[in-house]
Amino acid sequence: MITINNIIKSFEGRTVLKNISAEFEEGKTNLIIGRSGSGKTVLIKNIIGLMRPDSGEILYDGRDLTSMNKSELNMLRREMGMLFQGSALFDSMTVLENVMFPLDMFSKKTYKERRKRAEFCLERVNLSDAGDLYPSEISGGMMKRAAIARAIALNPKYLFCDEPNSGLDPKTSLLIDDLIHDITVEYKMTTVINTHDMNSVMNIGDNIIFIKEGVKEWQGNKNEVISSDNKALNDFIFASDLFRKVKEVEEEELKAKEHKTI
Amino acid sequence: MNKALHKLGEYVLLMQKAITIPDRWSMFFKQLLKEIYKLGFDSLWIVIIISIFIGTVIAIQISLNISSPLIPKFTIGYTTREIILLEFSSSIMCLILAGKIGSNIASEIGTMRVTEQIDAMEIMGVNSANFLILPKIVGLMVFIPVLVIFSMFTGILGGIAASYSTGTGMTPASFEYGLQFYFNQFYVWYSIIKSVIYAFIIASIASYYGYNVKGGALEVGKASTDAVVMSSIMILLADVILTDLMLT
Repeated sequence: MITINNIIKSFEGRTVLKNISAEFEEGKTNLIIGRSGSGKTVLIKNIIGLMRPDSGEILYDGRDLTSMNKSELNMLRREMGMLFQGSALFDSMTVLENVMFPLDMFSKKTYKERRKRAEFCLERVNLSDAGDLYPSEISGGMMKRAAIARAIALNPKYLFCDEPNSGLDPKTSLLIDDLIHDITVEYKMTTVINTHDMNSVMNIGDNIIFIKEGVKEWQGNKNEVISSDNKALNDFIFASDLFRKVKEVEEEELKAKEHKTI
Repeated sequence: MNKALHKLGEYVLLMQKAITIPDRWSMFFKQLLKEIYKLGFDSLWIVIIISIFIGTVIAIQISLNISSPLIPKFTIGYTTREIILLEFSSSIMCLILAGKIGSNIASEIGTMRVTEQIDAMEIMGVNSANFLILPKIVGLMVFIPVLVIFSMFTGILGGIAASYSTGTGMTPASFEYGLQFYFNQFYVWYSIIKSVIYAFIIASIASYYGYNVKGGALEVGKASTDAVVMSSIMILLADVILTDLMLT
């Protein structure tokens, strides 16, 4: 479990994160949602230690990241996996070499064992045939899957995903969402996903945190998000025609039920 | 001035981060071999071509400029050798390599920075500066002296080839005599020592510019140009200092 307490982060006098506290639960997909510029990326960068908050605590199962020294932070990072927006696969390595990279750097296993683990991870994301290809030779969806395979190679306790569906078609997005969710449950990881994709919210939102202008506005799950009466959240969710229509249909159905009951 | 000091500080801190004991020696040696092949071995052809032609041109130009009958013809071979050994094969060749290798390093690391590949390494707990920069520095410091030796050899071969051409007034025999005349072995070592320092300058400065890119493709291009300009200036400055220290 990851707990963040009273996180404040400012840039040149402008406060981007305003006293945010939240809990990210183990074995669940925890989503951070909000408009572009709301502070999602800054929050996730603080959580993973790429930025230091001005004040507040970031607890990884009780271990405070903000008070760690460099070597402690490096040790903690070996328990983390990260899926970047652009996949961030190493261009000069094949897909298999990419997945083997964290194992090569930190695992004490033999080459055969490392290769077997990497092949298993690739198989888990249905990319067994792409091991010998370079990132430039595969599609965006395959790159995301390869990045997931690399992220889980060391069997991390914490998985972070920054906009995992950006640049993907809806069908591939669903595949990626399902894959992340399945892996989270299977390995009991604490997964934190930064997204503004409403399909992901409705599909895998076990725990959702809505941020607006650096403030945590709302927290709940995918079943509560549609019926929430938080105005800012409603403005965000029902910004698209599709979700507005879904809500209208739901409301009509509810009225019809009430009418029948009367 | 403030900006320059800030950059110098950043450069020193980056080198401090890069020049440490590697996390995994096996990965370091794998990277080292890759870098030697990619940056060093791949530059061999351009070094050979440039050195042959420049060696030829130096010999021809000297022979055309020495018209006095009082100056012996072997002076052409002697002067060609001195120019190639003392300055061309080390300093000028490294200026050329700063363009080829420096831009390659800066754009490679810069692209890794803007596509979050360096962040990905950091998140894994890998010292990205050490993993990416140290093999480049060591690889170049090992292989650039080899390129310099090739340059000396092929430059002199170019000069010998020119001595066979008619119309320059020199003969192969006088040229070869000049090549051997008053040979000082230390000049070869001087050249090699200079090239080791230049190799460090090229690799470290190009890595610094690439590692600190912020933005996108445009900034990567700018970093690449800045890396070549700055490493060229530093090579020339180091040339003056080293020459003063080692030859006077």
